[in-house]
Amino acid sequence: MSTVLEKGADREEPARVDEPLALRGRSFRSRLIAGTGKYSDADTMVAALRAAGAEIVTVAVRRVDLDASKEESLLHHLDPEEFFLLPNTAGCYTAEDAVRYARLGREAGLHDWVKLEVIGDEETLYPDVEEMLDAARTLVDEGFTVLAYTNDDLVTALKLQDAGVAAVMPLASPIGSGLGLLDPVGIRILKRRLDVPVIVDAGVGTASDACLTMEQGVDGVLMNTALAEAEDPVAMAAAMRRAVEAGRLAYLAGRMPRREWAVPSSPSAGRLT
Amino acid sequence: MSTETIRIEVNGESREVGGGSSVADLLEQLEVDGRTVVVELNRQIVRRGERDGVELEAGDRVELVRFVGGG
Repeated sequence: MSTVLEKGADREEPARVDEPLALRGRSFRSRLIAGTGKYSDADTMVAALRAAGAEIVTVAVRRVDLDASKEESLLHHLDPEEFFLLPNTAGCYTAEDAVRYARLGREAGLHDWVKLEVIGDEETLYPDVEEMLDAARTLVDEGFTVLAYTNDDLVTALKLQDAGVAAVMPLASPIGSGLGLLDPVGIRILKRRLDVPVIVDAGVGTASDACLTMEQGVDGVLMNTALAEAEDPVAMAAAMRRAVEAGRLAYLAGRMPRREWAVPSSPSAGRLT
Repeated sequence: MSTETIRIEVNGESREVGGGSSVADLLEQLEVDGRTVVVELNRQIVRRGERDGVELEAGDRVELVRFVGGG
């Protein structure tokens, strides 16, 4: 028995057929982008990011707490050699604010990439697409590489693409909701119609959500709360890494057709009479 | 630096600094690690290399920001 098990364990992974995630001329080995918010402590965060295999990680820009100015900076924990830090404009409600935050993020970081987020509604955190388009155009003019968080509305996504964003990032469901992918068809339509990469941002709750999302053929998935709020963030991160890879490989492999009747897997020929 | 003080606003709070203080002096006074902080003065970013040469004036509004965890 044990020999059989060992043989099984020795089997090699199938050859990787995937290409790296390409964004604005850069290639990234991981299609899982992770946020850095809401972790209980920095060590757990870094361990989870590593377990997730994340290369791009998002960060926010906020005021220094002057009463605790000696507190270790986030940069102390995130080595820019290991992680590509992507500043966001989270919490912005106007184009003007988002542009301001993007500029601050560029100054704090090492490059001119930004995850653009302009919120229009406090309860759902749905985007204000009008303000976002305005901000996207300004930032692209200023030379930013813009990854734009949006809803799954095709027309908005096409306008963002026309504005020159590097990626469109539709939500799977509301930020922090963990409801998973609510509209796979909408996401597939976006992917089919857009030339720029589509990265699903927000709403993934557990591994099957990430897998199902990647199975739609999108280029990547961004998650934060699903890892940070898991009981064991590092274990969930390891699961998510596999789920994203599995979903991607399943998409590339091409699934069998769905049919509402049975087809036997064993041959009908050669049955005893 | 003169002995007179001026009043400015830092991250929304009123603060006193010595007259003639530069942005770099302010960071030192607040014990903020300048390497990880971005300074915005009256809505304009003060680049790292310019902090010594920019003098603060009464009523200036300064924002000191840095990266924190976010999604």
